Amino acid sequence: MKMLKQEMTQEEYYRGVRMVPYDLVKELFLALAGLGIFVFVLAAAFSSPDVPTVTIQQWAQNDPVDFVSTAAGELAGTTTSAGYGAPYNNAGGEQTWGPFAPQIWFGQRIPIDSANDFVIQPLKYASAGNPGLTTAISTWTSADGDQQTKWVTAYTDALAKATYADGKVSVADGDYGPLPVMMSALLTQGQSGGLDGLLTGAGHFYQVDYTKALLFMGDGNYLFDLADQQNLSGDQWGMMNETGSYPGQTWLWLYTAWYQVWPFTSDTGVLGLNGGNADLGVVVLMTLLTAALALIPLIPILRDIPRWVPIHRLIWRDYYAPKKSAAPARA
Amino acid sequence: MSKVMSRPPASAPPPAAMDADAGSWTLRVRKTWDRVLPMDHLLPHRQPYYVGSWVYVFGVVTIAALVWVVVSGVVLSFMGPQWWHDTGVGHFFNSLHFWSVQMFFIFMVLHLWGQYFMAGWRDGRALTWMIGVVIFGISILTAFTGYLSQLNFDSQYIGISAKDAMDGAGIGAFFNVLNFGQMYGLHVMLLPITVTFIVVVHIVMVRSRGVVKPIGPEGGAAK
Repeated sequence: MKMLKQEMTQEEYYRGVRMVPYDLVKELFLALAGLGIFVFVLAAAFSSPDVPTVTIQQWAQNDPVDFVSTAAGELAGTTTSAGYGAPYNNAGGEQTWGPFAPQIWFGQRIPIDSANDFVIQPLKYASAGNPGLTTAISTWTSADGDQQTKWVTAYTDALAKATYADGKVSVADGDYGPLPVMMSALLTQGQSGGLDGLLTGAGHFYQVDYTKALLFMGDGNYLFDLADQQNLSGDQWGMMNETGSYPGQTWLWLYTAWYQVWPFTSDTGVLGLNGGNADLGVVVLMTLLTAALALIPLIPILRDIPRWVPIHRLIWRDYYAPKKSAAPARA
Repeated sequence: MSKVMSRPPASAPPPAAMDADAGSWTLRVRKTWDRVLPMDHLLPHRQPYYVGSWVYVFGVVTIAALVWVVVSGVVLSFMGPQWWHDTGVGHFFNSLHFWSVQMFFIFMVLHLWGQYFMAGWRDGRALTWMIGVVIFGISILTAFTGYLSQLNFDSQYIGISAKDAMDGAGIGAFFNVLNFGQMYGLHVMLLPITVTFIVVVHIVMVRSRGVVKPIGPEGGAAK
């Protein structure tokens, strides 16, 4: 394999080639200095993005109806995280492509019980000294599944026309069981910042894993609305961008581009690839393309394009220039 | 040097010592190193005349950018992840890191395209190209974990969005983008060490083989 192994020494390879002085170390130091100055100027002139984090408290204060609707959705099992499947739970929402189902293969490695972790447990912390809330939680947890579904479905429907005033989310009268008491308490907890502490702390003093808090926020619309305002949404070329007028992860352009085109924008798609399993499909596609990039030296046509496209003649202009004086020397 | 070369044979090691030398791992490593990458290949002071093109500068500038990425990153990691949010100096160092990364990628991509159109993999250099692509891939992963480690709105949103791709591909079971500790640890230690190590391997391969010759004959049309 000539492509993989050089069959001669460097001296043999360069035999007959005119060698000229070339100071590699000087070039590296000039590059270090030049780029250092350039980066220093860029940093001084343009700084870097640092939009502060969004808290659950801000969410509960600025969009309380969305907050309560999300919490009710956790109890109903209708949120993204509740129906996600692996690695968080066994809800069965995994992406598959025919028999290729790596999300399922590795199972529930990061256990999350959305209803319990995001709503019931935080409310239990808040119920100390609050007999009304204690009773409401007890009523909810002791009710059978059908009853819970009736309450939460009716409550979720009513939330579509909910109003917010004086720190309370109000819905039309109906049979919602203990939910109004529970949701009111959770909203108070969220607005006070207590829920931030519970979900980000997750029962630890030192804590560096924000999975629970971020999944809960990701179930609501507030975070995504803010991202939309910053042009970060998936249909706006998503996370390749970043906040403010900064370049972002431009190197992810091809990865992000696939989400903007068929079949990954389609419900039906082709060959089993569609919007429903776009994440899996795009990762597989990008893995194959990256492998192809690495293997270009072994792939006919792709490895021949540089010979056909005369860009190399611009790069090596001196080499291809007619050698007027060289001809007699060779003769 | 000439004195060493002109030592009388009497000072040469006796046959028994030479036999012992023959089994020396150290000697074998040194001889292999001398053969694969002698110093005049590692740091040549002369190059083929066609290396004068500006395209060759892209690789060197990419290395320079990597140096600034590492230097600014070491300062940031030493001071801790909260520092750059709370102080002007910290934010400036973050900006240095940010723009160094941008320059690193810009010049790495220019280097990659340059090497593609020069068909830099010819004459036994395919592995050098492949390792370059691996560097590109691991650099993307390193930058990605950096964006997830920022402790700001970008990292929140990128984490929430990216988890679906990671989870959908089964990667999320082991690589949890919502776990700051995991992302930060990978970003400040494992991944930069890996990138730096593979870049060194890439440079050694480039230097040991030398730059590839232009396509086709000198002064004429390409084949």
